Amino acid sequence: MPSAIALTVNGVSVEVAQGTTVAVAAMQTGQPCRVSVNGTPRGPLCGIGICFECRMTINGISHCRACQILCEPGMNVITNE
Amino acid sequence: MNRNTRQKFEVLVVGAGPAGMAAAARAGESGVHVGLVDDNFNPGGQIWRGGVEGGNPEAAVWIERLQAAKVVKLCGVRIFHQPETGVLLGETKDEICELHYDKLILATGARERFLPFPGWTLPNVLGAGGLQAMVKSGLSIRGKRVVVAGTGPLLLAVAASLRKHGAEIPVICEQTSRSRLARFGLALAAQPSKMVQGLRLKKELAGVPFASGSWPVAAHGKEMLERVTILRRGKATTLACDYLACGFHLVPNTELAALAGCQLEDDYVRVDEFQETTVPGIFCAGEPTGIGGVELALVEGEIAGLAAVGRATQGRELFVKRRKLKKFAAALEDTFQLRPELRDLPSAETVVCRCEDVPMSSLRSYPNWRAAKLQTRCGMGSCQGRICGPATKFIFKWKPDSVRPPIFPVRVEGLAIAVSGPEVEHQETGGVYR
Repeated sequence: MPSAIALTVNGVSVEVAQGTTVAVAAMQTGQPCRVSVNGTPRGPLCGIGICFECRMTINGISHCRACQILCEPGMNVITNE
Repeated sequence: MNRNTRQKFEVLVVGAGPAGMAAAARAGESGVHVGLVDDNFNPGGQIWRGGVEGGNPEAAVWIERLQAAKVVKLCGVRIFHQPETGVLLGETKDEICELHYDKLILATGARERFLPFPGWTLPNVLGAGGLQAMVKSGLSIRGKRVVVAGTGPLLLAVAASLRKHGAEIPVICEQTSRSRLARFGLALAAQPSKMVQGLRLKKELAGVPFASGSWPVAAHGKEMLERVTILRRGKATTLACDYLACGFHLVPNTELAALAGCQLEDDYVRVDEFQETTVPGIFCAGEPTGIGGVELALVEGEIAGLAAVGRATQGRELFVKRRKLKKFAAALEDTFQLRPELRDLPSAETVVCRCEDVPMSSLRSYPNWRAAKLQTRCGMGSCQGRICGPATKFIFKWKPDSVRPPIFPVRVEGLAIAVSGPEVEHQETGGVYR
């Protein structure tokens, strides 16, 4: 088992294995990635950086495609923005 | 943001899946300076995605060849613009880079086709390949119930992989009829390697119910997926599940080819026998020239790589192999055609454009994609119509619109460079751009 990485998603601490993407970390916490223009929750769809459903704010940078970004120790992830 | 990281290559390959890796290796082995650019953090494309479990052994062979050929790997770079012939602009996590080329090979792969149905926007409804990608990226599905649905050979590969990771698969729903599948089975018999793959999957999926002529009609849940209703031979059944992995075969990523002026033919990039597009010096290999799978992608990549460095004659030796694999591609296309009933899946309220939340009812009255875009914002969101475009093409027979830069949303700084051109330098005196 590779060493775990600790990060926070909307303030909730989560530990993931090395090589895990931020989109997966958000899914593990049971929280949606974003809320659509009409207010419905959304999670990842394509998993390969095409659909933009998993976009979220990572370390203060908004609209990051979380399925193409690997978790790093201490990352601060905010969804639903 | 650091603007001008600038690199020049004799051959630049976009897309580091099987086609791109083979193209870059073959070109690089002739001694020229080759760059291989991809938006993922590792080469391998979607089929050879390594993720938390480490690299794929088949990919490792090509990675070794790439290293031996001194190919420069540029991962995590997303190409968004070609401001002029010979120059591509890409965006990384923290900069914009300018990539110059003499010859260009496009190996941009494919994405899943998604069709709208009630409830398809609920979290935990993903693409079939989409869920597999998430699992390879660390998602644990041990003990979870996953309905796999849609169409295409990917469904079986995904179901087998999910099962290996501990998921329970209550059913695989394949929209294609049993008779069409039987015909496809016969076509497979002529391709020993595909036959072996097929038999291996059959073994791995022993005991998993497979329903042909079956498809999902609704996903249910409050904040998240809880149940899915599937239709089989006119009868609806509702199953409880944790995930729905649903994709309707693949559509090619042709945006960059279109932007570069390459002619498309029936959705695919038109190429000659050496994989050269209608734009001299720009080649294309793999799924954008026709959905044919990994083996065809490799052969096409090799031919393109050789042709790009003036070794076309050597590429000729691969023509027989390519012709045979093309037959498989044709069988795929024929077998997994979408049945017309799927056009009626969305209800009036079903969101068709997920980026802009445009429902089916708003779209029916428009004669074409352009009119719908202008009036409803369908296809105008972040994905630029990559998801709803193929869906509306199928449902309404709307033709895709012309491609305009940037072909992916970029940060404002990137846009500024795209507008001002690649050679712009910020002058100290007066801050004038020249």
